[in-house]
Amino acid sequence: MIRFERVTKYFGEKKVLDAVDFTVAPGETFVIVGFSGAGKSITLKHMIRLLTPDYGKVYIGDEIISQATGRELQKLRERFGVLFQGAALLEWMSVGDNVGLPLREKTDMSESEIRHRVSERLEQVNLHHVYDLSPSELSGGMRKRVGLARALVMNPDIILYDEPTSGLDPVTSRSIDQLIERMRSELKVTNVVVTHDLFSALGIGTRIAMIHNGHILEISTPADFIRSQNEVVKNFLDSQYITKRGKWEAQINETQEN
Amino acid sequence: MITREPEFYAPALNTRGKFGRFVLIGCRNAGLALLVLWEALLDLRFVFSKRSRMMVLEQLYITGIKSLGVITVVGMFTGMILALQTGLELRKFGQEVNIGAAVMITMLREMGPFMTAMILSASVGSAMAAELGTMVVSEEIAALEVMSIPPVRFLVMPRLAAMMVMTPILTFYACMLGVIGGAIVGNTQLGVAFAAYFDNATRWAVNKDLYIGLFKAFIFGIMITIISCHQGFSTTEGAVGVGRATRRSVIISFLSLLIVGYVITRMFYE
Repeated sequence: MIRFERVTKYFGEKKVLDAVDFTVAPGETFVIVGFSGAGKSITLKHMIRLLTPDYGKVYIGDEIISQATGRELQKLRERFGVLFQGAALLEWMSVGDNVGLPLREKTDMSESEIRHRVSERLEQVNLHHVYDLSPSELSGGMRKRVGLARALVMNPDIILYDEPTSGLDPVTSRSIDQLIERMRSELKVTNVVVTHDLFSALGIGTRIAMIHNGHILEISTPADFIRSQNEVVKNFLDSQYITKRGKWEAQINETQEN
Repeated sequence: MITREPEFYAPALNTRGKFGRFVLIGCRNAGLALLVLWEALLDLRFVFSKRSRMMVLEQLYITGIKSLGVITVVGMFTGMILALQTGLELRKFGQEVNIGAAVMITMLREMGPFMTAMILSASVGSAMAAELGTMVVSEEIAALEVMSIPPVRFLVMPRLAAMMVMTPILTFYACMLGVIGGAIVGNTQLGVAFAAYFDNATRWAVNKDLYIGLFKAFIFGIMITIISCHQGFSTTEGAVGVGRATRRSVIISFLSLLIVGYVITRMFYE
């Protein structure tokens, strides 16, 4: 469980998060949406203590990650896998070495065990025969999958995704969505996704939080989200051509019935 | 934590305010660089560990072997220029035979360590700043932190170990080439026999000159690594920031080399 308790953050004079409160339940896919610069990625960075709140606390289970240091912080971070926006692969290493890096650095596994685990994770994200390739030889979608394989390699119980579909074509984006959904259903991990891709958010989210100017405007299920009466949410939905909300409602109802 | 939060400052009201802020930021950066140094020195205990061995070897190759060509040319020509300039003046007094001592002592005490450090700072140091800066911008450093892999142990320690070993070795190599270059110029342009040149050089230069030169090189190696890595880690604002960090790393390294070089000389030669 992840809990934000009145988290407030300033960058200079500017308040970028304003008393943000929410809870992410174990096993759910919690999606944070919002316009560019709304505070989505900043929220995500607070979860793994890449940023520290000026006020408020961030809990991971019963422990406060926003106050953790040293070994305690290291242990809490080991519960996370993170897929960064650009995948953040180390360019001088092969794909296999990138995915196996946490195993090589944090465990005493033998080379053959590492190779086996890495191949397993790469197959889990539908990548075959890329073990020895360099990250520069991969397409955008493949890089994200390798980033996801690396995030999965230590068997985390929480996976954070920072704009997992940005810069990808719609077909590749939907395949990434399917992977995220598979992680939740098969591996029972908790997913937290930051995106401005509403198609993706409505498709994979168990709950969606709309953040605007550092405030959480609304947290609701996808079905309630598209019926929202909040002007900013409506504007956000309209901006992504989801103007025919009835069509989406019908689709979601159909999915729920099935 | 290497990953830094963005920094914002209220605009300074006047020149005194700007100067005060410049000093404060300078002190803060020096302190942060020293923290990186401290952590990297502590991490040196992992230098032979299975996880770090290959990275250290790779850095030794980059720092040592890849710099060899330019060090050869610079070392040789520095000695040749020294021999020519001092030789032409000494010839006026019939003392051209003393260029051996002049070249040897100058190379060992100052020019060898300084020229080697300049080259390493401009080539290896700037590459370190650019590499780490790019990693910061593309969130690779953040990824390492999230994976609980300490960026200083993973990235700085191998570079520091390589520079601590290679700078004195390359300095010695540059000094020897400088002395040989001086001998060639002395023989071909000033008519000083090789035997007389080397006899004069070894008579006046003492072991202390060599040891202090190598000590200087060792300190310079540490300084270049820490300044460059710290500048790389401090990168903000994308590609422009990487360029800025690289430029800063070279400028700060050059200035520090000059100042620290003087301090070390002052400490040992009074």
